[in-house]
Amino acid sequence: MAITYTSGEQVEVYRFSIPATILIPLIAVFLQAWVPLRFPFFSIFDLPLLVTIGFATARRSPLAGLFTGGLIGILQDALTHQPIGLYGISKTVVGFGASSLGIKLDVENAGARFLLTIVFYVLHEVVYFMIARSLVGLRMEWSWPHELLSGVANAALGVLVFMLLDRLKQRT
Amino acid sequence: MDVLGRYRNLIVLVGVLFAQLLGLAVQVKRTTDSESTRLIRVWAVGAVAPFEKTLVWAQTSSRNLWRNYFYLRGVRAENRTLKAQIEQMRLEQVRMSQDADQARRLQALLAFKEQFISQTMAAQVIGGSGSELSRSVYIDKGYKDGIKADLAVITADGIVGKVLRVYRSTSLVLLIDDQTSGVGAILDKTRLQGILRGTPSGEVVLEKVMSDETVPAGELVLTSGGDGIFPKGLLVGRVTKVTPGSELFLNIRVRPAADLSRLEEVLVVTKIDERQAEPDQTGTARAIDILAQRLPGVPPKPENAEKGATPVPGGGAPAPATAAPGTVPPKPVAPTTAGSDAKPKAAPPQASTSGAAGSPPGITAAATAVKVSPKPVKAAVAPKPQPAGEDSPH
Repeated sequence: MAITYTSGEQVEVYRFSIPATILIPLIAVFLQAWVPLRFPFFSIFDLPLLVTIGFATARRSPLAGLFTGGLIGILQDALTHQPIGLYGISKTVVGFGASSLGIKLDVENAGARFLLTIVFYVLHEVVYFMIARSLVGLRMEWSWPHELLSGVANAALGVLVFMLLDRLKQRT
Repeated sequence: MDVLGRYRNLIVLVGVLFAQLLGLAVQVKRTTDSESTRLIRVWAVGAVAPFEKTLVWAQTSSRNLWRNYFYLRGVRAENRTLKAQIEQMRLEQVRMSQDADQARRLQALLAFKEQFISQTMAAQVIGGSGSELSRSVYIDKGYKDGIKADLAVITADGIVGKVLRVYRSTSLVLLIDDQTSGVGAILDKTRLQGILRGTPSGEVVLEKVMSDETVPAGELVLTSGGDGIFPKGLLVGRVTKVTPGSELFLNIRVRPAADLSRLEEVLVVTKIDERQAEPDQTGTARAIDILAQRLPGVPPKPENAEKGATPVPGGGAPAPATAAPGTVPPKPVAPTTAGSDAKPKAAPPQASTSGAAGSPPGITAAATAVKVSPKPVKAAVAPKPQPAGEDSPH
């Protein structure tokens, strides 16, 4: 479980095909909307967030990361009845952060990905909580145990999702 | 230029975040549903809904195939149980129809207008919002099916929510456990009124009930009709816990009657009628008449056997002389219901919903118009010899 610091020249940059770029986020958002209806415990996961982190760390381009995160977030927002932008802003921040970190760190191994996902899950929740509460005026309760537990659960699923994404990414 | 190039990523990030924050602020500022974001929502729903519909269709088809063709074991036993239940319910309905009739007479005296669900549309839940802060579901009916915003959505167990947004072939239903929902509710026995709201954790609470009132746990919660969306008298749920709340109000927790976490099919109330209450002129059936139908009666006396009939001791109907040797004529055990006097004045009440799915059992008498119509009853039914274990009411 080594997180190695690497220079920009050492890290490898990947890309995804256009069908994968379009379909994977769509499927993630669809599963996020559909699966909890059959299995309510699944609502603890945030599949679109995992896809955002996966794309961002593979591409290692902050601009691509923030735009991918922003679009996935807006798509997720559009399915809710809340104002559009809550998930959009949170995932923009995560996409930018994950891709920026991906340049600095080698996040190819499972341990590094696990820790990275926990960190970005909590960051995502903090940003979402602040905007939802202060700007939109939603009643929300913050619970560290719940957030950390959810972070660990998402990180465990994230390791599997990143392995699937590894099969689809192409070296530039 | 060097500075711009060096901080290009950061500048773009700030720009994108600022644009989204601005858009969010504009949406929050507008109290009405913003049309500016409708296009994005239509695209998003249009992109995701086909996946959901396909999967739900496949799931429903395979389940129907299994249920209709392969899983037929136990149908006979189930049929027998259901028939017994029907008999019990018919008796119960007689009693309830008498109560309803009395209520209608009183309502007529007071020139009371009653609401009832006259049309519903069955819809299938195809997906959710994917967010715990947006407790809502998508159904497979939209404006092309006649769905409009603010229609009530119910199940046979109780109310579910209201239609919030309508698209071409799908609609977004806001559930009653969402924190932005509000339903006018009334407690069944104490008749205390309040507002039903969801909490961030997904619980449902009844607000605005004064703390000096006594609310027992287990009491039923019904819709009050005050919100203009749900007709009065629909089942909402049951009180689970009552604690002193903040300020002057009680904190009443309610468990919804409908299982909101496992919704599959719902009914959209597309038409609610309002009419003056009228006392029922047709009368009601008597419980004894219903019971009489369950008991074996005397077979009709054959005309050509008048002379050869053997009188039965005890004043019962004569046994037919043509009875085969070795057979025992049935013994009358119940008063015969032959003749016009013995006919029940009315059949068990039937819900008068004309919708596709009818009125669910969760709806109380106040919300459904219970019409009683005459039903002919067989004069005297000869008991059929039934083998043990045959489908017969107990």
